[in-house]
Amino acid sequence: MVTGAGARLRAVYVACAMAAVPTTTPTTAPLRSGRRRIGDRVGDGALRTITALAALAVVVLLGAIVYKILHLAHSAWSTYGLHFVTAKTWDPVHKAFGALPFIYGTAISSLIALLISAPLAIGIALYLTELAPKGVRGVVGSLIEMLAAIPSVVLGLWGILVLGPFLANHLEPWLHRKLGFIGIFGAPEATGTGLFTAGLILTIMVVPIVASICRELFMQVPADLEEGALALGTTRWEMIRGVTLPATRSGIAAALILGLGRALGEAIAVTQVIGGGTRITNNVFGPGDTLASKIAASYQGAASSLEQSSLLYLGALLLIIGLVVNLVAQVIVRRFDPLREAR
Amino acid sequence: MGNRSDTISIDVAPVEIAQRRHAPLPENREVVFDVQDLGVRYGATTAVSGVDFDIYRNMITAVIGPSGCGKSTFIRCLNRMNDLVPGAQVDGKILYHGEDLYGSGVDPVEVRRRIGMVFQRPNPFPKSIYDNVAWGPRVLGMRKDLDERVERALRGAALWEEVKDRLKRSALSLSGGQQQRLCIARAIAIEPEVLLLDEPASALDPIATTSIEELMHGLKRDFTLVIVTHNMQQAARVADMTAFFSLEVGEGRRTGVLVEYDATEKIFTNPSDQRTEDYVTGRFG
Amino acid sequence: MAVAAERISLRATGRSRRRLRLNRVMEGVAVLAASVALAALGIVVVSVVVRAWPALHVSLFTQTPNLFGGPGGGISSAIVGSALIVAMATGMALPVGVLAAIFMTEFARPRVAAAIQLFLDVLNGVPTIVTGIFVYGLLVIGHLQSAYAGAFALAVVMLPLVARATQEVLLLVPNTLREASLALGVSRWRTVVGVIIPTTLGGILTGTVIAMARAAGETAPLLFTCSIFAPAVSTDVTHALPNIPVLIFTYSEQPDPALHQQAWAAALVLMAFILITSLTARGLLARSRRKLTHG
Repeated sequence: MVTGAGARLRAVYVACAMAAVPTTTPTTAPLRSGRRRIGDRVGDGALRTITALAALAVVVLLGAIVYKILHLAHSAWSTYGLHFVTAKTWDPVHKAFGALPFIYGTAISSLIALLISAPLAIGIALYLTELAPKGVRGVVGSLIEMLAAIPSVVLGLWGILVLGPFLANHLEPWLHRKLGFIGIFGAPEATGTGLFTAGLILTIMVVPIVASICRELFMQVPADLEEGALALGTTRWEMIRGVTLPATRSGIAAALILGLGRALGEAIAVTQVIGGGTRITNNVFGPGDTLASKIAASYQGAASSLEQSSLLYLGALLLIIGLVVNLVAQVIVRRFDPLREAR
Repeated sequence: MGNRSDTISIDVAPVEIAQRRHAPLPENREVVFDVQDLGVRYGATTAVSGVDFDIYRNMITAVIGPSGCGKSTFIRCLNRMNDLVPGAQVDGKILYHGEDLYGSGVDPVEVRRRIGMVFQRPNPFPKSIYDNVAWGPRVLGMRKDLDERVERALRGAALWEEVKDRLKRSALSLSGGQQQRLCIARAIAIEPEVLLLDEPASALDPIATTSIEELMHGLKRDFTLVIVTHNMQQAARVADMTAFFSLEVGEGRRTGVLVEYDATEKIFTNPSDQRTEDYVTGRFG
Repeated sequence: MAVAAERISLRATGRSRRRLRLNRVMEGVAVLAASVALAALGIVVVSVVVRAWPALHVSLFTQTPNLFGGPGGGISSAIVGSALIVAMATGMALPVGVLAAIFMTEFARPRVAAAIQLFLDVLNGVPTIVTGIFVYGLLVIGHLQSAYAGAFALAVVMLPLVARATQEVLLLVPNTLREASLALGVSRWRTVVGVIIPTTLGGILTGTVIAMARAAGETAPLLFTCSIFAPAVSTDVTHALPNIPVLIFTYSEQPDPALHQQAWAAALVLMAFILITSLTARGLLARSRRKLTHG
């Protein structure tokens, strides 16, 4: 029995070896010679060099982006220095420029997006991993991925022509009437453009990204941990709260930070729906601008070279914020391990 | 912090059966599970069928049989863990103290709260040792005297002495055997009536295995235990009653069936079914 | 058979009832979340289709935009421009991305590969408007806006997508395949060119197609590099070419309803393109996975 199997294995091995070794190769050939060998060495070296150069190009490209952007912002930097970041006015007529209104607009619109998309995305991911019947799972998952594929300019178009008017006529006046006393739900704009609308559009962009990462995270939680929880007589929700979410929380944080990065950097759709403005207002229905949308809105040119340079300074700020946010998220993602999240 | 397992002899031979105290009389015992013509299907394939026997209170019942005979599938029916497997369909009845486990209105969450389970691979939560045990009672609303409850459970699982000074440490810092005892502590902390053990020692080394087996003898006083094992010696060592499952092969289908159920001593020394005898003697003969 | 002294109830009562109710509420919330996302998708898609419908004539694809606004006209020049720009961007991003991925999986030490992967992920996170400014500073200042500048900006967006997708499929290639080839005395580069690339071609194409779909809809990188309005159909890549994303963007900011309708129509064309490419990519991916997992 054993010998039979051994013989069979040997036969297979020999057959493989015969197929592999070209019969014309003289077995006595010296180990390092022949033109083919040299050609191979050159080929290996060439491929290695070319691919290494391509990889290097990635690094150089990122470096060049950082360098070029900082370089472009230099002239506004030498005029304003760090004071630019805290200056509240953006007045092309009097040539006074500051970034604070746009930092504020970026923060508020991203915050709105994050507050709405966090529960939504986690809920979707939980539905897809824990609840959805097998057949539905794939379809719903792909449809939500399709949401991420809608170009931002199309979402912006929809935001300005469909969502904005709807919000202006229905939701915003209602919120203003009912919750206006809080102070953040001020009088709506007639067009429905403003920070809140921008936040909603950003939500649509952020949700599929965060949901798809969270879905992967939840699938990584070992099934026997979840069974261990259910075997204690806990409900599915108690299991999720007690085991699934704690085991994935740093991953969820990273997913939300990546979503934040997306929201901060989105220019086009936000430009279309945010209304444009340089005042800092606590009314979320009011118009404003984010760093990215201010730059995008000024694409047709600036009135003065100082304004142009200030716009480039905004770009540098956006780049720095974007890089920091992304690096943080990437570092967390790389450290993620669902089994090492001990309390 | 005595490492008690070191002092235990690990070389326990099946001979021991003969020397064991007499098998208790099932007739005097209270029936916990009355399994009636149980069958489980996954889609078109039948995993087990026609299983019919009683499981008695405060005894250790072992389920043995070759791999693939549906032992695990069977034990997972006893606390409705099979509900979690998509496409699993349970036929027949399991009466738990006369109440049909699969009857309408029965809540699987409530079932699992009374019938705890320990799994093949130790699966402590990525939490501290303390929180692993305390989490269940906390969620289930047994917050009173939680520290005491945790200590009691850890003592019950013979783990207290080893971990009492590092309750806040991660459970993942424990050894495999300690992790499995922690899982037992976790299960008994919510005071179930029954403890199901699905090959609880198959991932452990012999020393850890011995300590788990020792532990089971102690737990018998307070709980009804059902253990699935592929290790016959283990069944012989720990169980009062043994159910032998086998595979019935026909028309390209393999279905698990219950061949024989009796006192462990009888199963291993004088089985009434030829298949049981073949299995019991064949493996280690 | 002894009868249990007390009747045990397995029904949920009291506290467990509340726990079950909370569980049901939370499950409802999850279902609701998924429904909200699906509803958003449905509403956006239906809005685009309904509003684009009246503008869907053959003329949309054959005519150029009306210079003076008003109804009629088409987006043919923008379609041609977008196709050219995306094709050029793919031509730039594809080789660099694939080669960089080959370096990461076939040559680089793990630490180096991890570092490059980090660079790619961070590059992917650079706001696209910043990419636009970068290319503006690099190629447009002192020159003119041009299709190749726009293509370069889109290539920067595509590069990390192509490279990461390629890396993922290369990592799927079982090591035994590499070893089998090397064990035959075949050199490394012949192994890569003759064995690894052919087996992963489907996956590489998938990544490329997905990146193309993404690039086709990107507006921000083009604003500063290729956004000057030129209605005529042109293939002169040294000048700014009209393209679909910028057309939608500028039309959406106009008060003219006729232009809005054209924008909706352009949006529908764009989304149809993306849908078709995504479905193609899905098919390619399924095929290449089958090939890799089943020999």
